[in-house]
Amino acid sequence: MTDHNHDFTKTEPRFSATFDPFTISQIQRAAATGIYDIRGGGTKRKLPHFDDLLFLGASVSRYPLEGYRERCGTDVVLGTRFAKKPIHLKTPVTIAGMSFGALSAQAKEALGRGASAVGTSTTTGDGGMTPEERGHSSTLVYQYLPSRYGMNPDDLRRADAIEVVIGQGAKPGGGGMLLGQKISARVAKMRDLPEGIDQRSACRHPDWTGPDDLEIKIEELREITNWEKPIYVKVGASRPYYDISLAVKAGADVVVLDGMQGGTAATQEVFIEHVGLPILAAIRPAVQALQDLGLHRKVQLIVSGGIRTGADVAKALALGADAVAIGTAALIALGDQNPELAAEYAKLGSVPGAYDDWQDGRDPAGITTQDPALAARLDPIMGGRRIANYLSVLTMEAQTIARACGKSHVHNLEPEDLVALTLEAAAMTRLPLAGTDWYPGKAGF
Amino acid sequence: MQIIDMNTTDLRALNTALQAGEAGSAWSVHNPAGRHALAVGLMEDMTVTIDGHAGYYAAGMNQKAQVTINGNAGQGVAENMMSGAVHVKGNASSSAGATAQGGLLVIEGDAGARCGISMKGVDIVVRGSVGHMSAFMGQSGNLVVCGDAGEALGDSLYETRIFVRGTVKGLGADCEEQPMTEQDRTILAGLLERAGVTDCTPADFRRYGSARTLYHFHVDNASAY
Ligand SMILES: Cc1cc2nc3c(=O)[nH]c(=O)nc-3n(C[C@H](O)[C@H](O)[C@H](O)COP(=O)(O)O)c2cc1C
Repeated sequence: MTDHNHDFTKTEPRFSATFDPFTISQIQRAAATGIYDIRGGGTKRKLPHFDDLLFLGASVSRYPLEGYRERCGTDVVLGTRFAKKPIHLKTPVTIAGMSFGALSAQAKEALGRGASAVGTSTTTGDGGMTPEERGHSSTLVYQYLPSRYGMNPDDLRRADAIEVVIGQGAKPGGGGMLLGQKISARVAKMRDLPEGIDQRSACRHPDWTGPDDLEIKIEELREITNWEKPIYVKVGASRPYYDISLAVKAGADVVVLDGMQGGTAATQEVFIEHVGLPILAAIRPAVQALQDLGLHRKVQLIVSGGIRTGADVAKALALGADAVAIGTAALIALGDQNPELAAEYAKLGSVPGAYDDWQDGRDPAGITTQDPALAARLDPIMGGRRIANYLSVLTMEAQTIARACGKSHVHNLEPEDLVALTLEAAAMTRLPLAGTDWYPGKAGF
Repeated sequence: MQIIDMNTTDLRALNTALQAGEAGSAWSVHNPAGRHALAVGLMEDMTVTIDGHAGYYAAGMNQKAQVTINGNAGQGVAENMMSGAVHVKGNASSSAGATAQGGLLVIEGDAGARCGISMKGVDIVVRGSVGHMSAFMGQSGNLVVCGDAGEALGDSLYETRIFVRGTVKGLGADCEEQPMTEQDRTILAGLLERAGVTDCTPADFRRYGSARTLYHFHVDNASAY
């Protein structure tokens, strides 16, 4: 039968690959508002990532460990270089810094409860330390940011470690942002800001500039805290070899490297999508920097940015990291993107799985909000259980892989256990392309 | 008066002693020789005299103590001070009183760039002049400059009050001159008195503050009409 209604004199409407529907909507949005798009979350475009790596597993030439019985350690000690009191964690998966302000007090409490239940650390953020968070976190890392909101020596001494934040992966070179909807009376008071303003914080520290100054700053922080606390330095992935080298030279005990997939509470879309390196590309140069200084495994490396599964954890460790940090995945475990909230997401013009208006303060899951009614939807005890469950799964998954590779500790995973699936991943990691012994840049092609 | 000689004491020993110092005690630090992080993290109402020049972050994060520096101070003197007082007899380098939340910082000489950057409640009185970008993002508290101010004074200012007696080379984004109110005059007079400034009066100063135009992102909403 022929379709007499079809007009064969015309082609189908064709969307441009360059001006695709999303791009067109961006232009329309810009024209309608006169302000750049601000959102939460990390890079959404497809990037080379841990999915582009595979473990080889054991066989005749390698000997696996018995999956459920043989010991495979997961503990990690951070801050062994200078700090008198390094921190001991039972799992190498930590909770990344997310501010009270960006997140509700309930969400912060749930993160603390969950992390503590499995013996790992959680981290404050750009807004200071809340008593709830300190109370519910057995190991709490206190961030020292350019804004210094809420910074004070008492909290510094109450912390278990101090993280000097130079940048984060979602926005290397950018400062913090918290829109007026989320500057509640409590948040405003903690930050010493007028209520309800659109807070844009500084991107540079106010009292030091280069790495030589950073060294002196770190000395001051140690002097104030009796040289007890491990000092972390967190950088967004941009020039990892040099940035890590300089952070180590400045005296860091631990370096934190955050790739461009890393989440944010609120940043310009253009920044999130176009600045920085994917974490996959950044780990090898960072590890190289530590090795060149003879300090690999002595200054610990924590990586973050798009960690979702125990496989991601295991791959990061095999590439040379000592631990990982999670932000976005922890929020999802708490209830972000819950399909049961579809009707409420629809009212906000979104759908479960794509909701990224974390800057907006109207989160139906009660996580990225300061609205008391919304925040009350999140039960911190149940949230804590969900976080603990999720962290346990990540740990067990990483262990499963490590045992399959014959390792009695997740830190024994090594690059030799991995291959790359794509040329890009091979070039970025210097792992051989699967089925070959070659990576781009290696002679003998 | 307890004396600590930096020719024979290391920094760790100095700060350990001072941090354990009792309220009412008095200390004198000899031969500081520009050492960084001197007298940081103090917690009690005690007096400390640094007899010479100090490096970076002298009296950083001070709580309650009265610290006098008989010399010049490096970058970030009294950074993040919570309370107490820090008195610099000479000049101070950049970022003096950065992010400080309380207390009084008096600088007898000049202060470098970014004096009072991100200040959060501290009172700063500079007898001389201040460099560029002073009170950048100042959130609250008062900056009093008896001399001149450099470029971009009060850029991206929040609620800090700035008083300048001399000339202002340029105002930063969102900083404007504002009328001096009766309340301002009272605050200024009180600060001059606390800082021991007797050779100028509030009438000599002009007052600057935030125009508050940067408090909210500007959204045009062209499609709404
Ligand atoms: C809601 C939210 C708030 C954040 N706030 C901060 C912050 O205050 N300071 C900071 O250094 N990083 C902040 N980050 C970044 C995280 O610390 C971390 O680098 C990132 O989330 C890791 O990547 P992932 O989200 O893919 O796991 C935030 C991230 C999110 C999702």
